[in-house]
Amino acid sequence: MTEFLQLLFQGVSLGSTYALVALGFAVVYRSSGVINFAQGAMLLLGAYAVSWLAVDVGLSFALAVLAATVMLALAGAALHGLVLRRVVGQPTFVLVMITIGVGIAVTHGVEAAFGPDRRLLGDPWGAAAFEVGGVTINTVKVWGIAVTAAALGAYFAFDRYTRWGLAMQATAADEEATLSVGVPVRRVHACTWALAGALATLGGLFLAGFPGAPQPALGDAALRAFPAIVLGGLGSPVGAVVGGLLIGVVEVLTSGYAPDSLGTNFYAVAPYVAMIAILLVRPYGLFGARPVERV
Amino acid sequence: MRARLVLLAVVLVMLVLPFQFGTSALTTATFVVIAAIGATGLNVLTGYAGQISLGHAFFLAAGAYTGAKLGEDLGWSAALWIPAAGVVAGVCGALVGPIALRLSGLYLAIVTLGLVFIGQHVFFNAESLTGGPQGRTFPPVVIGPFDFSAGQVLRLGGLQIDSNGLYYYLALALLAGATAFAWNLRRTRTGRAMVAVREREIAASVMGVDVRRVKIAAFTASAFMAGVSGALYASYLSFAQPGEWSLLLSIQFVAAVIVGGMGTVAGPLLGSAVVFALPTLLKNLPFLPEEAAGGVSVSDLSSIAYGLLIVAFLVLQPRGLVGLVNQPKEAHS
Repeated sequence: MTEFLQLLFQGVSLGSTYALVALGFAVVYRSSGVINFAQGAMLLLGAYAVSWLAVDVGLSFALAVLAATVMLALAGAALHGLVLRRVVGQPTFVLVMITIGVGIAVTHGVEAAFGPDRRLLGDPWGAAAFEVGGVTINTVKVWGIAVTAAALGAYFAFDRYTRWGLAMQATAADEEATLSVGVPVRRVHACTWALAGALATLGGLFLAGFPGAPQPALGDAALRAFPAIVLGGLGSPVGAVVGGLLIGVVEVLTSGYAPDSLGTNFYAVAPYVAMIAILLVRPYGLFGARPVERV
Repeated sequence: MRARLVLLAVVLVMLVLPFQFGTSALTTATFVVIAAIGATGLNVLTGYAGQISLGHAFFLAAGAYTGAKLGEDLGWSAALWIPAAGVVAGVCGALVGPIALRLSGLYLAIVTLGLVFIGQHVFFNAESLTGGPQGRTFPPVVIGPFDFSAGQVLRLGGLQIDSNGLYYYLALALLAGATAFAWNLRRTRTGRAMVAVREREIAASVMGVDVRRVKIAAFTASAFMAGVSGALYASYLSFAQPGEWSLLLSIQFVAAVIVGGMGTVAGPLLGSAVVFALPTLLKNLPFLPEEAAGGVSVSDLSSIAYGLLIVAFLVLQPRGLVGLVNQPKEAHS
């Protein structure tokens, strides 16, 4: 039982980080129909930006996180303004391929700038932990869950109650109609990419927390979050959060309980197995809507 | 007429290339031609039938391991294991095809991406077939009197062709076959049905196209060519670990098809030349110092340039290299 609770805690912790990553994907997909393959590189960039500001520049950690979030938001908006804005109207997969190219360049750019080794994150928590009823609880994981909850709350409030949130929903529903009633659609798109960048900083930050560290392979976590967004339905922010939690718990529980006959490291592919099984039953995810098509 | 002259010129240039190139350039050219076979397959699936797949690496692996099992473990002739690699991969494709009946667009892309990860998991664990994480050797091509093992030299009159040249010519012949197939497919009932499915699936089915059959056919044909390409690729490498068949390989194939020009006949070869030769070319650029300032590795720099070139190319020319050539003609029509 203790082991189960321990794994469940770790699963929820990992799942909440995946939820942040998946929300980054969902926000972009909902507004522009693109799966942002550069999200992994943005996570990496976010974690390294925090590490650089906190360790090399010497800012206090909270300030470093804030500054890194702003930097990544600007980077996201720049990616939209400089590159993606120019290929609007091209087949979706051309856009997806562009994000893949950006991802390759940024990932190797970070590696070229900071070297291939693990770095210090500069967080105040480190490996600190306490015990509750035999379950070891890492401080960084508690912060991760709390910050994720706060960020998700802030996002959904923003989406529901602000003019910009409303503009985003409208743009997602019908871009032309939104443009015709005077919403600056281009700026709305830039705003979603900035949001994706900001979310990536937080996601990257907690992926790099103990026992991880800022290192070039960090971005691969985005690939493991793919099943989360697909499970939730690509354009559904709520689905992204539920899918993220689900995938995190599935991954950690299989790492604890999968029999050896399934092969070593089965937990790494378990989310994909779960995803394929669910998609064959519900082709547009748990929360996605089947698009209505005209013939 | 002009198209035929250009085609003839291209074929002639490609035939004499091995006698002009040094070994390293010829190796790169051979990899490009082998990859172009697989890219032609992906082009049938993505370019003709409009089904986006990130699972191409899985089909290459299926072909490669079939070749290893039959050619090395059972000692079959390459005249048998190369086609067999295509058939086994094709069967895998036919099994995956039905998934595309339920899913479309980017959902299909992500599920096929799952195929790569699950495939890699299986390959890492199936040690008797793949050698596990350490990898395994792959058999050289041996067909009758032609032995492609390293160090063997074929003498034809005054010409000497080493194993690199032999692999190059074999790959070129298979690429010619694949290209002829793709070329002719466009003019058949099935090929036109594929294009109809790509353009609008519901409309196609209303007009009597059997969407199920067409999608499975596209997956099968595409996987068959991927299998042949994979078997040849592994044989030319002579040794490979399961990590070789990664998402990056799939992405390179998708990039080759898009960069070359989706749905065109010449696109896969042009795209492969860019995508698969570029990393080698970038590493050998004369103005890149061995170890740039601050310990930045050449491989990092070339990867950065590679990513940026893909982005720049697609922003400036989203319709691919073939679009670049065809542009003036369309401006007049």
